[in-house]
Amino acid sequence: MIDVSTTPATNKSGPASRRRTYRPNAQYIPVLATLSLLIVMYTFGAVSYENFTHPSVILNLFTNNAFLLVVAVGMTFVILTGGIDLSVGAVIAMTSTVAATLLQAGWPAGVVIPVVLLIGGVLGLGMGAVIHFFKVEPFIATLAGMFLARGIALLINQNSIPITNEFWTSIAETRIVFEPGVYISGMALVALAVVAVAAVVLAWTKFGRNVYAIGGNADSALLMGLPVGRTRIGVYTLSGFCAALGGLIYSITTTSGYAGHGTGTELDAIAAVVIGGVLLTGGSGYVLGTVLGVLVLGLINTIVNFASLNSWWARMAIGVLLFAFIVLQRLVTRKAK
Amino acid sequence: MKKAMKSRLMWPVAMLVVLLLCALIFSDGFFDIRIQDGHLFGTPVNILRASAPLVLVAIGMTLVISTGGIDLSVGSVMAVSGAMACLIIGDLSNQNSVGGVAIAVLAAIALSLVLGLWNGFLVAVLGIQPIIATLILMVAGRGLAQLITSGQIINVQSSPYKVIGAGYVLGLPVSVLIAAVVLAITVLLTRRTALGLLLESVGGSPVASRLAGIQARRFTVMVYVVSAACAGIAGLIYSSNVSSADGNNAGNLIELDAILAVVIGGTALTGGRFSLAGTTLGALLIATLDTTAQSVGIPPEATLVFKAVVVVVLCLAQSATFRAMLFRRSTPRPAARAEVPA
Repeated sequence: MIDVSTTPATNKSGPASRRRTYRPNAQYIPVLATLSLLIVMYTFGAVSYENFTHPSVILNLFTNNAFLLVVAVGMTFVILTGGIDLSVGAVIAMTSTVAATLLQAGWPAGVVIPVVLLIGGVLGLGMGAVIHFFKVEPFIATLAGMFLARGIALLINQNSIPITNEFWTSIAETRIVFEPGVYISGMALVALAVVAVAAVVLAWTKFGRNVYAIGGNADSALLMGLPVGRTRIGVYTLSGFCAALGGLIYSITTTSGYAGHGTGTELDAIAAVVIGGVLLTGGSGYVLGTVLGVLVLGLINTIVNFASLNSWWARMAIGVLLFAFIVLQRLVTRKAK
Repeated sequence: MKKAMKSRLMWPVAMLVVLLLCALIFSDGFFDIRIQDGHLFGTPVNILRASAPLVLVAIGMTLVISTGGIDLSVGSVMAVSGAMACLIIGDLSNQNSVGGVAIAVLAAIALSLVLGLWNGFLVAVLGIQPIIATLILMVAGRGLAQLITSGQIINVQSSPYKVIGAGYVLGLPVSVLIAAVVLAITVLLTRRTALGLLLESVGGSPVASRLAGIQARRFTVMVYVVSAACAGIAGLIYSSNVSSADGNNAGNLIELDAILAVVIGGTALTGGRFSLAGTTLGALLIATLDTTAQSVGIPPEATLVFKAVVVVVLCLAQSATFRAMLFRRSTPRPAARAEVPA
């Protein structure tokens, strides 16, 4: 979509060499910068606050942000093609509401889960089709999707619906305990599995290569005979699916469905992806970067929690830390280049 | 050129007319404009009044988007500006003194300008992607607004302040007049001088503009400052209308409506061209949408779905490919096959 690039087109979409796993070192710089700053931030927390080095702090990062991780992985695919998906937060609200309503009506969990994932995928498919076939800006098409999804959630029920389904409550409590108080939840493992699959798909499949190619230059990709339409619609479907999965995880961890769930998640996900070194213009970035981005946001929240500030100072602190992180990252990557 | 402009704006206009027609059919007295105590009253006037903050924010957003940027912080700037004004007015010994209110308003706008400068600095000097740079202020700004009001909702009883959002001059609502004046000034500055062209060239390619001798960086900072100023004024209108400062709800999600208004009006998010008339139309359309939904009898919980449907219909109508597909049905099939996009 975006072919007006301010920098001359560099070799973003892949190596010239035949070995698929090889990439120029410069491509890793944003991810490495994020990683080293993440370590700096963790050290800062460890020095400043007692008990910060407790292993549960790191494991809780994954447990608390499992839904965001899944959503951000879907967002990574979309942003790599140069698009954006604003509907993910609303899809979380819609899927959690639909799941809670169906479970309340007595549907078995084994039916509800596929149905809900299908709804998310279909919404993504619809948005992708509108974006590709009718050349509507992704920002606007997914904004309409956002209105639609949250509107449907509100239409179904305006109140929070508790989930009492046994399967739901039992997976909510599934966890691997390393020692008392130190555990990782089942949902975090699901999220990590999604990350692993996404990383493999992006690095070693044709679909993944196509995603990078479209992000680099959609017109060139088309001229090369790559399936641009299928890939572009595919990434929005994938993002819708991931958002629905994120909504399921959200409804499991909170054991409720509510039309107000996931407000602002789309921006958190976009921020995580961008912090992880993915360019908003597409074509450059890694799933691993997104994971680091989610961890950065999670760590910022953890530090703010440890500092036990009241709500407005907490918001300011999140802004300041985000600012410090982004500026440092900018300086590091600029120097390295 | 003029024809293209017309066709681009035709669909929002058509949608606006359809919405108003629906309102005319389904709700009685929708168009009853009456003069009461020398003021204009009626639903259309209410729509205009409700749209004033959105129009203002969308004007600033248009300029930002024309340079290829985006400003997510406008809602937070609205909250900060309202909070600042109400804080100063709340501390006045006489809340009805015009001078005190003027100082409060100026202070609020000055603070907004500083916030805009901050955004511009992050984007133009540090080179951070606009969506992330303004996200920082979007998060921190709400905190700042609450910090200013100490987490409370400040209520003020100031009649001069109330004028900004709810007053009338010559029978016309002041908020609408403010929006109209800002719009007129912006149109004059961008279309009667070279400013608009320069902005568009920065949006088209910052590098090429710089090489052509345009101070691209300065223009980028400027648009964020203007955007924040517009948001600041919108925040004053909002807070004056409810006579209070609410750090949480003022301007909540207005950034999305503003971006939507800008895009409906035919400004591309990639930058390089903009249409202030289109933006105003888009903002009016969105304000009409919200008001019409209520008066037509759509329940509040279904308003969002209604909005989604209207946006989808409008986007499809604006899409040349979609119109071509509808049109093509009447032509022979083989020809249609050949033109299907890959």
